[in-house]
Amino acid sequence: MSEAAKPAVRKLPYVLAINEGIREVLREQKDAFLAGEDVAEAGSVYGYCGGLLEEFGSERVIDTPISEKGIMGLGVGASATGCRPIIDLMFMDFIGECMDEVANQMAKMRFMFGGKATLPVTVLTMGGAGGGMAAQHSQSLEAWLAHLPGLKVVMPSDAYDAKGMIIAACRDNNPVFVVLNKASLAMSMEVPEGAYEVPIGEACIRRQGTNLTIVALGRMVHEAMAAAEMLKEKGIDAEVIDARSVQPFDTETVVKSIKKTHRALIVHEAVKFGGIGGEISAQIQELAFDYLDAPVMRVGAPFSPVPFSPALEKIYIPNADSIVAKVTETLAL
Amino acid sequence: MAKKPTAKKVAAKKKPVAKKTVAKKKVAHKKAATSSIRSAAKTAPKRSVARSGNPSAKVLLAMHLKMIRIRKFEENAGRLMEDGKVPGALHLYVGQEAVAAGVMQHLSNEDWITSTHRGHGHLVAKGGEFNPMFAELFGRSTGYCGGKGGSMHISNMDLGMLGANGIVGGGVPIAMGAAFANKFHKNKNVAVAFFGDGASNEGSVHEAANMAALYKLPCIFLCENNGYGEYTPQANHQAIVDVADRASGYGMPGVICDGMDVMSVYEAAGEAIDRARAGGGPTLLECKTYRYYDHVGIRGMGLNYRTDEEVAEWKKKDAIASFEKRLIQLGVLTQKKIDTLYASIEEDIAVAIKYATDSPFPLPEELLKNVYNEEGA
Repeated sequence: MSEAAKPAVRKLPYVLAINEGIREVLREQKDAFLAGEDVAEAGSVYGYCGGLLEEFGSERVIDTPISEKGIMGLGVGASATGCRPIIDLMFMDFIGECMDEVANQMAKMRFMFGGKATLPVTVLTMGGAGGGMAAQHSQSLEAWLAHLPGLKVVMPSDAYDAKGMIIAACRDNNPVFVVLNKASLAMSMEVPEGAYEVPIGEACIRRQGTNLTIVALGRMVHEAMAAAEMLKEKGIDAEVIDARSVQPFDTETVVKSIKKTHRALIVHEAVKFGGIGGEISAQIQELAFDYLDAPVMRVGAPFSPVPFSPALEKIYIPNADSIVAKVTETLAL
Repeated sequence: MAKKPTAKKVAAKKKPVAKKTVAKKKVAHKKAATSSIRSAAKTAPKRSVARSGNPSAKVLLAMHLKMIRIRKFEENAGRLMEDGKVPGALHLYVGQEAVAAGVMQHLSNEDWITSTHRGHGHLVAKGGEFNPMFAELFGRSTGYCGGKGGSMHISNMDLGMLGANGIVGGGVPIAMGAAFANKFHKNKNVAVAFFGDGASNEGSVHEAANMAALYKLPCIFLCENNGYGEYTPQANHQAIVDVADRASGYGMPGVICDGMDVMSVYEAAGEAIDRARAGGGPTLLECKTYRYYDHVGIRGMGLNYRTDEEVAEWKKKDAIASFEKRLIQLGVLTQKKIDTLYASIEEDIAVAIKYATDSPFPLPEELLKNVYNEEGA
């Protein structure tokens, strides 16, 4: 029967979607290479570079020393001079080791050179807590990057977006940080074969609603979706927006939604103080103040380093319960 | 289990091609700082025979022209800054001209360099023109960077100049990346990372040097040891006298040359660059040199960190004066011809300063341009 011959829907976990994204890019771009700590022989500590060395060879899949300044400098120098590097920064927390290369060189070179330099470099990096990795391997530092003119920053929340955003980032002629989430690595969903792009700078409405807009970043999208279901029982019909891109940020989609729902909550895994939620909140109040029926709410991590103990880490990371609690408290439900 | 020794390690043990001169005394402390620099400069190798025969008169004249163009550019730029006509801070290259001229003589526009905060000299030697250079220093739209970079970020991609850099050691990993791109594209071009003795203590330099040696990249780590990291003498910022000593730790040849002698630089840089082009990997080449002016500007901040006598002592070794003397002796130049050259450069500079001051400032709408590249891949 023809029904039986039809291929089953292909599901892929986040980790393999990353692999496919990189693979598609290396296939289509002859000037692209992947460099990072343990990406070649070991296939990355997360497993998402498996098989790449075998397919593309050691000239294009390159193990580096543990030298983040060197690796990021490699990305800056090689991208300015004709390559399209994919740089793997194993943990986002390591960005402190190479912040000069990121903030003072990569982000600014094109501007400082009066537009004469182009840096088509993509940095893959892993953020997020939840694995008992403690204070130096669990942070969400996207606000550090989004504050730097010249960089683009995206946060794919699921496997489909991870693949599509890596491809979009690598086709972009600017430095793009793809901030992945380690707690999402095993999450599976349908992911198409072949190359496709998830455009940078476009948010996605994951759930339609009428009483409240929840803007979520990265893995928090899934917590927001769960919270929306819980809120439904309390009579709140929440719209959930996956920001997807932090820089540039899709203000338009968010504002449009709030003009409909009149209430807003922003949720991210990063520390609340100074997090990107403050920026989003300010934009909402600048552009949609008259439409708001309640203060703009924020849910983020408390102002402490990420704790090690599972007991503390569990309460540290925002989740559906804390989102619901915030909504209940603010709206006096 | 220990890994099998690789070819890289064997290569690292090979003797450096050029002879390395190590300062005899281990001078560890403050007072001896300047004298150790002096003695190193005195004992740096001086060879009369160049690597592939004597350089032609054309090469000698080209290097001379580079040096005097740099000096005149810098003298004028410094004057304009101290007269308040150029905004911001200029770090001037006067005294170190032999290094830029001797290195750049071997490079084409296809070869990359990364420069330092003291970068005008490198750009002039790489082929930078006075008009857009002065315009950039004046912050005008006709500058090489449209006025958006200024002295500390002046650059020209067409000339292979990947920018001066406001961050000490900032350019070095970028040069390593450019060298990687050369190797990736299998061309014969090299990348030269200029940095100072001060920058040699930055982690970025260390990481880039290790990676360049590991990957055998066509990269030259060109240390201009002018004896000071900003205002701090070398002996107060590192416990070694020769930065080139660090080369063996990276697995690359370390070479010292006399940075006050353009022939010494030409020869040593030529060897390093030839080796890099031939796939022999990086070299750490240290040029012992001296900054006549202050860290910033000519007179600068008037800080009491070195003596007039020390400056006078180094000026006796002036690279331009000694080279001119030599060129006259060789019959390549006459004093009359030299005078004509200087007059012509001064004239070009006057034209360039007028060009810069007559040029428009960038329009306000330029502010948000080129933060990103709006074109797709």
